[in-house]
Amino acid sequence: MVTLSESRVRRSEFAIDVRGLNKYFGKKHVVNNLSLQVRPGEIFGFLGPNGSGKTTSIRLMCGLLTPDSGSGTCLGYDIISESDAIKRSVGYMTQRFSFWEDLSIRENLDFVARVYQMPDRKTSVESALTNLGLKERANQLAGTLSGGWKQRLALAACMLHQPTLLLLDEPTAGVDPAARRDFWEELHRLAAQGISVLVSTHYMDEAERCHKLAYISHGALLAQGTAQEIVEAQHLFTWAIKGKMTDESLTQLSDVLANKAGVLQTAAFGNALHVTGRDPVVLEKTLRETLAELPHEMARTETSLEDVFIHLMRTAQGKKQ
Amino acid sequence: MNRRPSLFAFSAARCWGVVLKEFLQLKRDRVTFAMIVGMPVMMLILFGYAINMDPKHLKTMLIDADRSEFSRSFIMAMHNTAYFDFVGELRNEAEGEAALARGDAQFVVNIPSDFSRRLVRGERPVVLIVADATDPAAASNAIGAVTRLAESVAWKDLGGALTRLSGSAPLFDVQVHRRYNPEGITQYNIVPGLMGIILTMTMVMMTGLAMTRERERGTMENLLATPVRPLEVLTGKIVPYIFIGLIQATIILVAAITLFNVPFVGSVVELYAVLLVYIAAALTVGITISSLARNQLQGVQMTFFFFLPNVLMSGFVFPFYGMPYWAQVIAHALPMTYFNRLVRGIMLKGNDWLDLWPNLWPLMLFTMILMGIALKFYRRTLD
Repeated sequence: MVTLSESRVRRSEFAIDVRGLNKYFGKKHVVNNLSLQVRPGEIFGFLGPNGSGKTTSIRLMCGLLTPDSGSGTCLGYDIISESDAIKRSVGYMTQRFSFWEDLSIRENLDFVARVYQMPDRKTSVESALTNLGLKERANQLAGTLSGGWKQRLALAACMLHQPTLLLLDEPTAGVDPAARRDFWEELHRLAAQGISVLVSTHYMDEAERCHKLAYISHGALLAQGTAQEIVEAQHLFTWAIKGKMTDESLTQLSDVLANKAGVLQTAAFGNALHVTGRDPVVLEKTLRETLAELPHEMARTETSLEDVFIHLMRTAQGKKQ
Repeated sequence: MNRRPSLFAFSAARCWGVVLKEFLQLKRDRVTFAMIVGMPVMMLILFGYAINMDPKHLKTMLIDADRSEFSRSFIMAMHNTAYFDFVGELRNEAEGEAALARGDAQFVVNIPSDFSRRLVRGERPVVLIVADATDPAAASNAIGAVTRLAESVAWKDLGGALTRLSGSAPLFDVQVHRRYNPEGITQYNIVPGLMGIILTMTMVMMTGLAMTRERERGTMENLLATPVRPLEVLTGKIVPYIFIGLIQATIILVAAITLFNVPFVGSVVELYAVLLVYIAAALTVGITISSLARNQLQGVQMTFFFFLPNVLMSGFVFPFYGMPYWAQVIAHALPMTYFNRLVRGIMLKGNDWLDLWPNLWPLMLFTMILMGIALKFYRRTLD
């Protein structure tokens, strides 16, 4: 089955290829004309504010929801007519932990293996336990696990049937940094084996670990590409202002700058204030004028992904209102 | 200084905050709200209008071999007690037995061919009344009324020719045979009926919660994302409860026979076949509930909303024919009505398949209809 789906992936070139997807919940336009392509072996980051339609988009792509319009393929299977085949070859990890808390880790995995009709069930379960370091806890009830272990179990379970595409919906929410790092290393190992990953996240460090990113807001795709491409495409310029300033004065400064010419947004990063604008000349002039009497250090800095996303989010909100 | 709050410290304002929160949540939960209003209304209607401990107009069939003026006036007198409604005439005792076994009649009145002849001779003939006494409470008042009849029948009906016979002693005897439960032991009726109660309770509630639990805990999405099909999930969820139901029924059956000495005259195979059909019916109700209920609390409430009329109207505790006609119509839509008749029919009457069939097919129909509804509501996708 794996080889079959691999051949189909090659034929369709993309692991995910959807075009013009729309989905309404009542009058709410949750997914708005979404098109995106994920290549095999690619880790594709899916970003956007809460309620922007990420989860719905993922559910559309794996056949759990039917789009109101649009079309596409997932692993070469049609997302509308072949959702059964998609379910068999995709690993979907839900946003909320959705395994059975009153079953042990092994029992959970065993159930999943049965549902996917794994030919060599026992071996698959044991090797999944070993691979993800769940062996010692195999008989522990899933409900008693901490966040990081639950997430490991969820990943093990959705990898069990050896899918060639993983759809992960905010897999690391509420997981500590060390566990997150382990998780991402695992994802990169899987990607190196040719498995495609679509992962939604709110963490910027995770976004930067993705090969490619898409930013979605109000159900519409606002930017797509590598992290660098997305940053460059917005043509934003950022200065970092440091100095012997207290938090209070930093906040005051931020308020003062907010409405000045050339300033798009300000954001506090520890002791520094990042000021972002579109026109470098106007922005620099504004900054020099405002800061003339204050003791400060001012330096050009790279516009971060977060600056860009906050900018995208605000522009989208502005358009909406 | 570390002041520990006293155990008895009570802030009315804080408490009021909790009260308001509860009301807000209650307002959002439409099903609970409907139950708060619906339950008392349902109970009022059932206890106030439907339930009647003194059932009248019971189905009675007649074997009148005499066909005389006397037999007719006796029948009229029976009819006038309001306990008996004559719904048909039969030719012989065998037909009478069959009618009782099927539950077509609760009483069979047998007037012998020499009734009027012996009456005229003053030989005190006997009218035989065979009563279905599986539910002793349902039959007792009617039996009481008919035995008094012999003493009080207005002998003016019998005409002047017989006035010489009228004395203190009755002119004829009424002999009542209580079939199936001659001693009128309540347990004979209640214990087999308990099977229906226990099965309804467990089957409906357990399956009602089984699916709702998946939804409430968020594991439903996971199930939907796997290749498992709706019918596989439904069947998989049902099978364990079929076993549980059979075990429960067996416990009651063993207890009925060993502890309560309830007779078992029918076939065990028949009983278990009927049990399976009823378990299926109850399970489909549970599945329908679990597709409708949004959370487990609603599931429990819906279970009770189904359970109560079944207990009260099926003839389990209160006599079925004591209820007004409209209530009987409603009760004929409830699976436990049929199940009670089937179980009593097998255990006490020794019914065969032909006798069982009139109460068996409605159960099967009920199951199929609800299965359709349940499958329609179970959603494959999340939208």
